[in-house]
Amino acid sequence: MGKRVGMEVSIAASEAVRLANVDVIAAYPITPQTHIVEHLSEFVNNGELDAEFVPVESEHSAMSVCTGCAAVGARSFTCTSSQGLILMSEIVYCTAAMRLPVVMVLANRSLSNPISIWNDHTDVMSIRDCGWIQYFAENGQDVLDHVLISYRVGEDRDVMLPVIVNMDGFSLSHVVEPVELVDQETVDKFLPPYKPSVVLDPTHPVTMGAIVLPSCYTETKKAQDEAVKASMPIILKGWQEFGDLTGRYYHPIEEYRTEGAEVLLVTMGGISETAMWAVDQMREKGRSVGLLKMRLWRPFPFEEFRKAALKARMLVVVDRAISYGGPGGPVASELRSALYNEPKRPIVANFIAGLASRDVAPFDFIEMVDRAEGACKKGTEPEYEIYGVRE
Amino acid sequence: MIEIRFHGRGGQGAVTSAELLAHAAINEGRYAQAFPSFGPERRGAPVVAYCRISDDPIRIRASIYEPDFVVVLDYSILRIVDVTAGLKHPHGILVTDSKFPGEKVRADLNIKGKLAAVDAKGIAMEVLGLAITNTTMLGSLVKVSNVIQKDSLIEPLKERFGRIADKNIAAYERAFKETVVVDG
Repeated sequence: MGKRVGMEVSIAASEAVRLANVDVIAAYPITPQTHIVEHLSEFVNNGELDAEFVPVESEHSAMSVCTGCAAVGARSFTCTSSQGLILMSEIVYCTAAMRLPVVMVLANRSLSNPISIWNDHTDVMSIRDCGWIQYFAENGQDVLDHVLISYRVGEDRDVMLPVIVNMDGFSLSHVVEPVELVDQETVDKFLPPYKPSVVLDPTHPVTMGAIVLPSCYTETKKAQDEAVKASMPIILKGWQEFGDLTGRYYHPIEEYRTEGAEVLLVTMGGISETAMWAVDQMREKGRSVGLLKMRLWRPFPFEEFRKAALKARMLVVVDRAISYGGPGGPVASELRSALYNEPKRPIVANFIAGLASRDVAPFDFIEMVDRAEGACKKGTEPEYEIYGVRE
Repeated sequence: MIEIRFHGRGGQGAVTSAELLAHAAINEGRYAQAFPSFGPERRGAPVVAYCRISDDPIRIRASIYEPDFVVVLDYSILRIVDVTAGLKHPHGILVTDSKFPGEKVRADLNIKGKLAAVDAKGIAMEVLGLAITNTTMLGSLVKVSNVIQKDSLIEPLKERFGRIADKNIAAYERAFKETVVVDG
């Protein structure tokens, strides 16, 4: 068992990057940024991590450096937030299409304008279709574990995809809490060195990221879609083996007190913990409410989701991002779509909450369930509601 | 689960107080969580930080609305922020910096319930030479509560403050001795 230490979750992320023994870290070191790179630059400076730290001039360059380095066979890491992600987004798509297994921790924060530094999921949802594997962490332990798992999964020859570990800005990134470290020996057992089958090498020239004419573009995109879908069994295997080594097992959809539950809250990220607390309170009062926590966002876990969701009469989905003028929050829209072909499907109520760190307390979850139940009794299937608006 | 809310001014170490306390509790093998009320840091502006301590894993990531303890790092905050908002009744305790006796604080600000006061700024100025009251106020909190064992804070103080750890430990110990509790 690893040592149990109190630490800020950002520091836990950098500890994981050190344990993963990365070769290159490229990051834009000022706002929007977290303590992750600050701590990593100390590791490199103190000789605790034998890596190249490239303090680039923008996030666009950060992802360019990581992508190029992964192409020559170097294990690469970066992290960013909000506007930084938007600035690098052009390259984010290229990394995935070139099948380069960069790992990025994204401290999820709101997008401007108005200027906001606070936490929600509007940044990552803007690159939903970038082709990266995407996890959502619920606490500091998840963040540490998933940095390690991400390299293992992403670099697998049958996957070769970049991975985003989403951790909520502030409500995870700036919290001090207990984290169990993984010892180096266990990490080395779990995570073999990165050995891509094709690398950029002047002595054996290859082209990556070339132009593709319309006659082949569709085929390359189909191949990319297949690659992301095909990563699922490797993700499951990675989780299983990580669990066998550490005792911590993860799943694409995690159920909490769902036994016999008529209503299921659905959450993603750090608010899942508060939601568990709310479910406990509702269960104590005899209410038939459980929780589904979405850990894996891409590839979307259709099978696991349907299996968990179809037992319920109603889902109360809490989104942390808006699709302006669209069908509701991105999570709820996808869940509805995943259920559409089911002959008997639960009602999906959708609340968009916790924008820019607006608190989502246990009583808020209870209020959302109450309101969804109320609408249900009236026989209306609610569309979506931006929750807690002061009017 | 015990919930503690810290009020101070930017630069006085409210966030550090919450973090040190969490480290101490985690070192005791318990669960704890410390976090600031997130915002752009502004020196001198009122700030809030939170700490939860429990024997079981903590499954809540929202602000603290009904604290068991409120710790005020700067007396001047008492007049501009409703620090006792939500303080658990009747067992919640206000722990505050004050050069005046606790009875006077209670009468002046019409505070009900139990209260603990210590001249944290005075102690900090004498011991540290700075009006940074975080470690001092922790001495006061630990005196009036059983949130952690007194010695559990020594390691986190050493780790955080390095060569000025001894002075901070001295400020912590002195506040522990000099804190006066006024029953509600």
